[in-house]
Amino acid sequence: MLLGPSLTVSAVLFALGVAGVLVRRNAIVIFMCVELMLNAVNLTFVALAQDLGVGGQIFVFFVMAVAAAEAAVGLAIMLAIYRHRQTVDLRNINLLKG
Amino acid sequence: MPALPLSLLWVVPALPLLGFAVNGTLALTGTRARPVVSVVGVGTLLLAFAAAGLAVVEFAALHSPAPLVFRYWEWLPVGELQVAFALQLDQLSAVMLLVVTGVGALIHVFSIGYMREDPGYARYFAYLNLFVFFMLILVLGASFPVMFVGWEGVGLCSYLLIGFWFNAQINADAGKKAFIVNRIGDFGFLVAMFLIFWRIGSLDFVAVFAKAATAFPPGGALITAITLFLFLGCTGKSAQIPLYTWLPDAMQGPTPVSALIHAATMVTAGVYLVARCGVLFAMSPTGSAVVAGVGALTALFAATIALKQWDIKRVLAYSTVSQLGYMFIGVGTGAYAAGIFHLATHAFFKALLFLGSGSVIHAMHQAYHATHAHDDAQDMRNMGGLARYLPWTAALMWVATLAIAGIPPFAGFFSKDEILGAAFAEATARPIWYAFWGMGITAALLTAFYMTRLMLYTFHGPNRTGDREREHLHEAPWVMTAPLLVLGVLTLLGGGLNIPPLFGGGALLEQWLAPVTAAADQLRPPLEAAAGTEWALVAAAVLVAALGMFAAFRLLKPAALVPARLAPPETGLARLLWKKWYVDELYDAVIVRPVMWVSRDVLWKLVDNRLVDGWLVNGTAAVSRALGWVGSRLQTGEVGTYVVLFVIGVLAVLGAAVR
Repeated sequence: MLLGPSLTVSAVLFALGVAGVLVRRNAIVIFMCVELMLNAVNLTFVALAQDLGVGGQIFVFFVMAVAAAEAAVGLAIMLAIYRHRQTVDLRNINLLKG
Repeated sequence: MPALPLSLLWVVPALPLLGFAVNGTLALTGTRARPVVSVVGVGTLLLAFAAAGLAVVEFAALHSPAPLVFRYWEWLPVGELQVAFALQLDQLSAVMLLVVTGVGALIHVFSIGYMREDPGYARYFAYLNLFVFFMLILVLGASFPVMFVGWEGVGLCSYLLIGFWFNAQINADAGKKAFIVNRIGDFGFLVAMFLIFWRIGSLDFVAVFAKAATAFPPGGALITAITLFLFLGCTGKSAQIPLYTWLPDAMQGPTPVSALIHAATMVTAGVYLVARCGVLFAMSPTGSAVVAGVGALTALFAATIALKQWDIKRVLAYSTVSQLGYMFIGVGTGAYAAGIFHLATHAFFKALLFLGSGSVIHAMHQAYHATHAHDDAQDMRNMGGLARYLPWTAALMWVATLAIAGIPPFAGFFSKDEILGAAFAEATARPIWYAFWGMGITAALLTAFYMTRLMLYTFHGPNRTGDREREHLHEAPWVMTAPLLVLGVLTLLGGGLNIPPLFGGGALLEQWLAPVTAAADQLRPPLEAAAGTEWALVAAAVLVAALGMFAAFRLLKPAALVPARLAPPETGLARLLWKKWYVDELYDAVIVRPVMWVSRDVLWKLVDNRLVDGWLVNGTAAVSRALGWVGSRLQTGEVGTYVVLFVIGVLAVLGAAVR
């Protein structure tokens, strides 16, 4: 039931997330795009769980928990960077290189 | 007295080893306890001589036809190779045992006087004791490897003692030369050992000689190769052509060392080896002919060089090379008893000559030391008329000179005559021996000449030492003349060891050695000349010796000599002989310089610096650094770049997975 459209939506969402990560330079925006990709994956899990059993739905909760933890850590890091350099533009944060 | 078990034979080599340990410790701790060093150094040798004498007397009473082998411990038990540390007592090693410990003890006594003033007194006696230990291992070893330990050990001690006064570059160089030249010979010894083990599967003398007759086809290529490689070892150790050049340089060591190592004992090890392996040499006519031929050539060649040397020790050194050549004519002809006989008599008269020259040098050195002159104490042009100041030395050295020249009834006459007689008898079957005999008799003529020359220039005519120095010339102390006296008696009577039946003697040494030489004699029956021929040969030998001495008396004018620093340079043939036929220069150009060139310009500068260091070591580093540079360019620090690469990577993996 509505499997095809659901997967299409999630693919579009995922592509949007990837494109955002690729083109944007603001760390907050990139972070949000990553969340978009995670949720696109969640939608795929849920859609496929209709046919393949409850495992996919359970996995969504794991993804949410990890995303929450990641948000906490990631935002904290960004806050620290901002306090240090008064910017979160990734073009200026490139100290770690060969 | 209850008979001690002969298995206590190990005591004989152990005594000098003990002396080495004690004197070595004293030398290292820097104790200046000369009496202790003398008592230990000489005492152990005298005890060893006594022990050797006891052992030989007891052994003689057994009349054992087979060698007595005492296995003390398993030394190299490796698979099929089973080498025990075993000593062997038979008639041959008994003779060597007595010569080494007897002459060795006398030379130790002489050293007390000769080295008295030397700061390295304890070190000297430590080395000398160590040498005797290794020499005894060499002659007593019951297998090739045990003998090889002694063989290498005496080489080491020879090196240490040649370079004893190592703070002069020339002495250190002489030591190195001896060591390196001997390495070439040792290579031959090792290869021979490998070949023997490969075919026979054992290295014990008894087993090898018992199986040799069946294991090798007589006259075959393998046995010839083995004997030639063994003889290569002998040419190194016993200073024969082409490896003799180290021995004259070895005279840089203290004179008693020249007497002990480079005249009486170590350099005769090659003769001993050929006699020991008589069975092998008897099976290879080619090998035997090479031994006798090289011996004859060396005897003649070294004698010509001795004609024009001015250094008293160098004359004796070339004389030693020449006399060793005689011994090789003997053992190469199959006359093992004659070779060993000449070895023993040569040990007596050559040790006497060297110690006598030591006494002369001692006197000269003291005279020059007293007046702070810097003239050469060993140059005969600075001597002359010394018989007035050193009567004992002069008289005893005349005895030795008559012996080495081959004047009856001195020891050298009998032994040299026997070798030449055997060579002449062999020539009836193999004509090439006529040439060997001819070279031998010519060398005898030259020997008589150059030895008389040495005596005339050193002891007779006017004195050329210098007016102020002359007052300080005097005879050596009794501790130096006493050993000379003993050796003089031995030189006088040594011929009695083996008076041939021709003169109504019993050929004692030949009878005594018969059990050892029997196997070789069976393979290659020795030829006997007719009695008439033998008498003619004896007459020829005596005539030649007398002629040589007479010529020296007539031709040489000691009165016309001038001291070394005023002497004009030699010209013509004399210069060629004085320069030793330019053999050292030839070796330098043909071998030493090319080897140095290859080592420095090819191996060092090209292979090591360019190839190994340049390409391999630095090349590896350069490649790693280039790869690292490429890798580090990828790390831009831009998150965006990473993500792009990451996405490309994921798409590539997915694309591969889908296909």
